[in-house]
Amino acid sequence: MTVWGKTAQVTDRSTRAAVALRGARLSYGDRVLWDGLDLDVAPGEFVAVLGPNGSGKTSLIRVLLGLQPLSAGTVHVAGGNRRIGYIPQQRAIDVSLTLRGRDLVGFGLDGHGWGVGWRHRRERRAAVDAALESVGAMRYADAPIGLLSGGEQQRLRVAQALVGDPEVLLCDEPLLSLDLAHQRVVSDLIDARRRAADTAVLFVTHEINPILPLVDRVLYLVDGRFRIGAPAEVMTSRTLTELYRTNVEVVRVRDQIHVVGAQHVCEDEPHHVADEG
Amino acid sequence: MENFFDFQLTVELLGYVQPMLIAGAVLGLVAGLLGPLVVTRKMAFAVHGTSELAFTGGAAALLIGIGVGYGALAGSVIAALLLGLLSRRDSDRDSVIGAILAFGLGLGVLFLALYKGRAANKFGLLTGQVVSVGSTDLWLLIGSSVAVLAVLAVIYRPLHFASVDAAVAVARGVPVRTLSVVFAVLVGVATALSVQLVGALLVLSLMITPAAAASRVTASPLRATLLAVVFAEVSVLGGMLLSLAPGMPVSAFVTAVSFFIYLVCRLMSGKRERVQ
Repeated sequence: MTVWGKTAQVTDRSTRAAVALRGARLSYGDRVLWDGLDLDVAPGEFVAVLGPNGSGKTSLIRVLLGLQPLSAGTVHVAGGNRRIGYIPQQRAIDVSLTLRGRDLVGFGLDGHGWGVGWRHRRERRAAVDAALESVGAMRYADAPIGLLSGGEQQRLRVAQALVGDPEVLLCDEPLLSLDLAHQRVVSDLIDARRRAADTAVLFVTHEINPILPLVDRVLYLVDGRFRIGAPAEVMTSRTLTELYRTNVEVVRVRDQIHVVGAQHVCEDEPHHVADEG
Repeated sequence: MENFFDFQLTVELLGYVQPMLIAGAVLGLVAGLLGPLVVTRKMAFAVHGTSELAFTGGAAALLIGIGVGYGALAGSVIAALLLGLLSRRDSDRDSVIGAILAFGLGLGVLFLALYKGRAANKFGLLTGQVVSVGSTDLWLLIGSSVAVLAVLAVIYRPLHFASVDAAVAVARGVPVRTLSVVFAVLVGVATALSVQLVGALLVLSLMITPAAAASRVTASPLRATLLAVVFAEVSVLGGMLLSLAPGMPVSAFVTAVSFFIYLVCRLMSGKRERVQ
């Protein structure tokens, strides 16, 4: 029997987790990517997701986006799918593509909506302008997007993810193939957003150093095993040796962490949410 | 040769070809609106493949004695569905199209060989002007075009999103795969309609050339679409008018005009790139 008039739940954004996984398990046949994963990400928290390729980092993002069902357990994301901002890694864009930065950002606002998009176009333009302004991309907003540099394109990606006013930001290797200066710019923009608007950030990366000062907690995945904790707890020789089940040395050089010994710790192969499944 | 483009004769013939001009204008609109998406999705070869299957369908219709328009429509919709379902990955799309195109063309040749009617009809399927557009054909063409544009109006935004930014579109819950099959069918219908006018071999001049020209001169999707419509209309209507006095096939003039526009746009974009 259908129960009508279910009690409306009053949700308080400041106390409630933006992302909640309970006993989450993801497996393909016999292969278990992760199991028994409990993770609460608070609003405004910055969580880095680390691990070798094939450890299920991108699959975790797919689960949170609702593209991949869990094998067991539950997942909850605040605001539902429409309030998630998603930033993919930078990819080559065709030089001749008929598209401007402004159009890319506009897709983040209502690209999923049916119709042609004539209605509300004034409001849309204002929202897109504000997002472009917030990442400092106004100057090249009307240029063909294929002619922009990788760093400029990733700034537009950040604006595209922010224009929908997300409660959760999912970033899948957004710094890959950017130079150091642009890595800094892009990660600072993401950090500024979560501080200004209490947006929870899940940041998949193979390289923690560019974002180390921003990270509150680390989720480290290796072959179905995982650890969650502050970087100082997780990024130690002992913990990583346990996770990798081989001798791993964590060396701190000035402000940086270097992981020595796990040969596949730092692979630089692109992967993508859309390529799987 | 001095009477090749006889103005007096052109005016006299105008009354007779009015239905064809209407058909051309409608086709120009449909092709102009679909074209930029086709170009963005790199589907030029798919359009060519679909038009060859429209030829096969038209040839089959000639053979069994039903309207060529219906045959072409059936052929290209089947082709569009096959292409949409068989080529799930970009990497094997070209080879799937190649395989289907070749087989379909072979079948079409067989059907034409078996057909005992007028030879002009056979040639017309490939190069255009199958039969002069009668009122039933005109209504079929207008009805199909309205249907294509209605569906396009509903799916336009998510389709555009999926066409230029598939990874993020998937993440935002856009049904990317379904949309690409639906779009393939829309292109199939538009292709089948164009085949009757410019022929299976020359459909690209309507579906691709105007949009390719437009994309050389602007990065704005809206402006590119408007320009593509204008270019397609100028090509179709201009080509038809120019063909009247010399009494030559329409398709020759349509392709010439659209290619000329393309060349001009390329020259302009070359200048723009040098300035940057």
